[in-house]
Amino acid sequence: MNRIQADVVIIGSGAGGGTIAQALAPLTADGKKVLVLEQGARLRDDEYTGVESDMARALYEDSGGFLTEQGTLTLAFGRTYGGSTAVYTGTSLIAPERVIRAWDVPDLDHDDIARRCRNFAAQNHVHLLPDDEINDNNRLFELGCRRIGLAAEQFPVNVNGCRGSSLCNLGCPNAAKMGTDRVQLPAAETAGVEVVTRAEALRIEERAVIARVSRPLDGEKGLPSAWEPGEYRIEASAVVVAGGAVGSPALLLRSGFGRLLPRLGEGFTCHPAFILVGEHEERITNDVGHPKSFYLDRAQEEGYVLETCMYFPFITAKNLTGFGPDHSALMKAFPRLQMILVLACDRAVPGNRVSVSGKGVTRVHYEFTPEVRSSLARATVMAARIFFAAGAVRVHAPLASPPLLTRGQADQLDQKISAHEFLPGRTSVSAAHLMGGCAMGRTPEDSVTDAWGRVHGVPWLRIGDSSLFPDSLEINPYLTIMALADRTAEALMGDSAALFDS
Amino acid sequence: MSVSLGVVRDPFRALCIAFVPESAELNEPGWRELESEVERALADRPTAIQKQMVLLIRILDLLARARHGNPLAALTPAARRELLTRLQDSRWLLLRRGVWGLRTLAFLGYYSRPDTAASIGYRADLRGWEARR
Ligand SMILES: Cc1cc2nc3c(=O)[nH]c(=O)nc-3n(C[C@H](O)[C@H](O)[C@H](O)COP(=O)(O)OP(=O)(O)OC[C@H]3O[C@@H](n4cnc5c(N)ncnc54)[C@H](O)[C@@H]3O)c2cc1C
Ligand code: SF4
Repeated sequence: MNRIQADVVIIGSGAGGGTIAQALAPLTADGKKVLVLEQGARLRDDEYTGVESDMARALYEDSGGFLTEQGTLTLAFGRTYGGSTAVYTGTSLIAPERVIRAWDVPDLDHDDIARRCRNFAAQNHVHLLPDDEINDNNRLFELGCRRIGLAAEQFPVNVNGCRGSSLCNLGCPNAAKMGTDRVQLPAAETAGVEVVTRAEALRIEERAVIARVSRPLDGEKGLPSAWEPGEYRIEASAVVVAGGAVGSPALLLRSGFGRLLPRLGEGFTCHPAFILVGEHEERITNDVGHPKSFYLDRAQEEGYVLETCMYFPFITAKNLTGFGPDHSALMKAFPRLQMILVLACDRAVPGNRVSVSGKGVTRVHYEFTPEVRSSLARATVMAARIFFAAGAVRVHAPLASPPLLTRGQADQLDQKISAHEFLPGRTSVSAAHLMGGCAMGRTPEDSVTDAWGRVHGVPWLRIGDSSLFPDSLEINPYLTIMALADRTAEALMGDSAALFDS
Repeated sequence: MSVSLGVVRDPFRALCIAFVPESAELNEPGWRELESEVERALADRPTAIQKQMVLLIRILDLLARARHGNPLAALTPAARRELLTRLQDSRWLLLRRGVWGLRTLAFLGYYSRPDTAASIGYRADLRGWEARR
């Protein structure tokens, strides 16, 4: 086993890990060694081809289809330099005040989160796209909302030089999306932080990380690791875990911390989602232009959020319910399709959690609560209303039976769409906002860390990613994750004298 | 281990045609392209899942023989769809999951082909607006 000495090891390079790497970079000026271990690869710019199956395999865990234990929900999360920020859409919202208040974490207040979010928004070039860059798919959503008396809000997005390829979720081919892969990690590396890709942390021991560096497989995208393939023991004064809401609790459970922290892995939420499509008579611009410009926030009133979206052929096919001629007919109407993503604001409930098997395999357990099913049904009715109001002639609604609704049925949506039609295993549901598993709180009995990512009872171990959320955020989470990660880094800097001298 | 669909080729193709009727029009190289995409996806999954998928295809073929007296490949696409719809709506989660998994693989194989993307009018381009204006 190779041995390495470092001062801080950060595990994961996503929204959390990338932020922490940048915030801790000043330590390198004092001669401290800050390392980031990322299990995924770093791609060359010319490897972002927009080819769906190739990019999904190169950038996501399980190609974006990580299946829960129940086999009824797929989770999409990144496994690459930049983590999920390399594949996110870049919609940039600040956590609602009421959500942070309801989390009830001592020493965590909304003003602090909002201030940090605004800083990162500025750093990531967040702005509203001008009108002439918004495509029909997005305009029709706004129009449909307006026609039924609702006001869609425009998403601020973090793009710089966006050409409108619509391929954000396959990694931006134009280096225009300002994820940690484009902003925070390069800044950290320039300042002296070392980012080691293809380096998976296998276990955490007392002030040490055991990691395995792999070589690229034949034909695989991505650069080789800067380190030789093999096993490493990296000793460090502080270890920061930022492997995401699945990766972080799984790694800590695998390392035996579950004995000390009974809440580890618990409280997993994910905004379970599916897509609805509306078919128009004429072609619309949908697969060109930034995919996500508007949303309708009904979280507080009805437990859901609607967002515009546009996916690629396979993901679209997979997300539509059913198969056979009706399904094919919709797929052939692709140039006339408008899409809406409905997301349920799920709650942290007992049983929905991350665990590891006896062999160390990561498992996610997730059951759809009656509240989530009802939220999805209400959201489906609303999305169908918006489609018809925008002029769609047919709507494919997963919770309608049969799923295809015609304009003539537009006034019967409440009867046609029902939560009873939600059949796990038949209804295609996926999620990309993974949260919780190492929740912040007060004590080891109710949480894993304090409000600053300090793991209860283990001063050298910190968490800085989406796993810190004690409950769902009810809105797109990346800016809030960066804010929490920034707090983790700040606390670590504050404790550095004690950490580095011990 | 990586699985080869060769051992269940006929029932697998019959299922694909039930899920995506247009796949019936694929020529042999088209089928190979579809199958290699599916095999590539399965190869990334644990061996147990690979084996379960092959087993499920075999069970569906047996079920077709038991119910209709013919293997899947000899049934009309409508009869295959009827069988799959029943299983998809079944009260047993395991059966619903199985159909969902197979359907996902068929869609992956079919809709990942560049020819398919063009045939459904999907035109996303790295150059974005510039490619359209
Ligand atoms: C398709 C998609 C679209 C999205 N769109 C939006 C959006 O528009 N707006 C928004 O706010 N949010 C969006 N999100 C969510 C957002 O991207 C994530 O919530 C956020 O990136 C999570 O940050 P994280 O640091 O917790 O984890 P990640 O960003 O997922 O990073 C975790 C990293 O840790 C690595 N890792 C895990 N375990 C180990 C280990 N043991 N050893 C080494 N490395 C490890 C992983 O490979 C990964 O790279 C989207 C997500 C997806 C998947
Ligand atoms: S739409 Fe813009 S940000 Fe998204 S992938 Fe295309 S160029 Fe990049």
